[in-house]
Amino acid sequence: MTVDVAPRMVRVERRWQRSLLIEGAIVVAIALILIFLMPPLLAAVGQAFRINLLGKFLALGIVALGIDLIWGYTGILSLGHGIFFALGGYALAMHLKLQIPPDASIQLPEFMSLYGVTELPLFWKPFYSLGFSLAAVILIPTLLGALLGYLVFRNRIRGVYFSILTQAATIVFFNFFNGQQRLFNGTNGLTDYKTLLGADVNAPQTQFAFYTLTVVLLAASYALCRWLTSGRFGRLLIAIRDDESRVRFSGYNPTGFKVLVFAISAGLAGIAGAMFTLQTGIISPKAMDIAFSIEMVIWVAVGGRATLVGAVLGTLLVNFGKSLLSEKFPDSWLFFQGLLFLTVVTVLPDGLIGWMRSQGLNQFQSLLGRRKQVITYPSLEEDPEVQRERENLGN
Amino acid sequence: MNAKILETENVTVSFDGFKAINQLNFSMDVGELRVVIGPNGAGKTTFLDVITGKVQPTQGRVLFKGRNIKRLAEHKIARLGIGRKFQTPRIYLNLTPRENLEVACNRNKNVFATLFQRPSSDERRKVVSLLETVGLVAKADIRADLLSHGEKQRLEIGMLVAQSPDLLLVDEPVAGLTDEETYNIGELLLALAQSHSILVIEHDMEFVRQIARKVTVLHEGSVLCEGTIEEVQNDPHVIEVYLGQQSA
Repeated sequence: MTVDVAPRMVRVERRWQRSLLIEGAIVVAIALILIFLMPPLLAAVGQAFRINLLGKFLALGIVALGIDLIWGYTGILSLGHGIFFALGGYALAMHLKLQIPPDASIQLPEFMSLYGVTELPLFWKPFYSLGFSLAAVILIPTLLGALLGYLVFRNRIRGVYFSILTQAATIVFFNFFNGQQRLFNGTNGLTDYKTLLGADVNAPQTQFAFYTLTVVLLAASYALCRWLTSGRFGRLLIAIRDDESRVRFSGYNPTGFKVLVFAISAGLAGIAGAMFTLQTGIISPKAMDIAFSIEMVIWVAVGGRATLVGAVLGTLLVNFGKSLLSEKFPDSWLFFQGLLFLTVVTVLPDGLIGWMRSQGLNQFQSLLGRRKQVITYPSLEEDPEVQRERENLGN
Repeated sequence: MNAKILETENVTVSFDGFKAINQLNFSMDVGELRVVIGPNGAGKTTFLDVITGKVQPTQGRVLFKGRNIKRLAEHKIARLGIGRKFQTPRIYLNLTPRENLEVACNRNKNVFATLFQRPSSDERRKVVSLLETVGLVAKADIRADLLSHGEKQRLEIGMLVAQSPDLLLVDEPVAGLTDEETYNIGELLLALAQSHSILVIEHDMEFVRQIARKVTVLHEGSVLCEGTIEEVQNDPHVIEVYLGQQSA
């Protein structure tokens, strides 16, 4: 028996490698299209400004991947990813605000002198270094996520209680950043960036570079999430989602797994926040608004939980829908958003991609009149034992 | 063969003053297949909760292979070699039976080993042979929520074995099964008993007769009597509290 098992495993392995290769090629192709084909295409139809919009939404796609990792796969609903998003944004914005020409009379970000600050606060100083700032974009959210996660998950706080806790944390951070005029310019946030690495931040070429970088980072985040969710680790995440105490009795300690995933997902949110800040030119406490964190969850729900493609697709769809609809009906976007969420919950509980995977293909085929005819009971059609018997009878 | 695999000494569990388990002394030899029976509310499931660390005893000690396992977390007790099957099948419904077994048989269960190490060929071979043992080869790669109730029960038993435990705790494995499925589960447990110590909790007397060598009767959180199935069935106390109820 063991003799004929080995070659089959090798075959399965090879098929798996090939499909992975194809998937990688598709991702690279889409990235190249986004970078090289989309800008001239949009410019040709007179919608060049949408490229900046697309860049922002792709940045939001990165945080959606993070949410999918923690919510879609691990089943932990975080309603506070705005914190990590904003922290990533602030970390980079602080570096941008320190790009002060050497001949300027006051070597401080302009809002500080407005509030009567005469010396740069100590914790701003490391942000002179670009390397530190970039590390901070990822590490501050990651470490905060790990700390929060450890304290919460170790005490077995789950489900609704965890979600409420993340909301409370969001309010705490919002109020802190909102109240600190002298440190973070309070409710106005950090804006009016000038240069980065000597280049004008608002120049079209620089913005295009940010756009390209966003696409690359999104592809890299997708690859990371794909790696995390494909192997045994990914199966364990699903196991934790489906039955956490069974996982415990199988000898795993779920706390470590949950902390790691929460930290990674926070790090992704930080990256997303930084790229978003670069392309919008502002980061303010509004990013820590509870509504924004909930919106992120809606994107993932629309696209399909536990489908990474769905998370990105949902983000793009909802956000483009939002920007198109709010151009036409400026006041009613919130109604549309509510409607969208209700539709997804009632009609497409698995989201768009989930629906396509489960029944969409069949329904599409039956629309074209090419429906596979079921001649016996469906359960028999599905039963592998019956199918195997059928094949053997044919021999 | 006289070494004890599991002992409890004066274990008491009280929930707000109600003693679900009361001064329970129990012991089991290595390699034994033991059946625990008792009427509803006798504390059978709580007894398993205490052994596996889900519930902390108010008093007393639990010894596994001579080691005190009181106050250890569930996953640590599981790693020492105690596998538990729940009353209703608890499997990962969104994974396939093969993946379910792979998750359970992972040797090194810390976070980074799970992330970075690929399953060894030994482990994969073990998964394949376990699929055969529990009779799920043909359904190895469909989602586990498509399995029937009996198949889920067998898969969960397979997952226990995949952990390579020394002691299997099996809670009412045949509830809701047909006679044929019940018989199959019995045969499976008897086969596993050759290499494991097994503690089974059961209601179904027919099934108990099929597998039992030694039976312990729990009543109101304590051991009422212990012995072979005939001895137990003829014990007047047992007839009064348990079998008597059934025949009445």
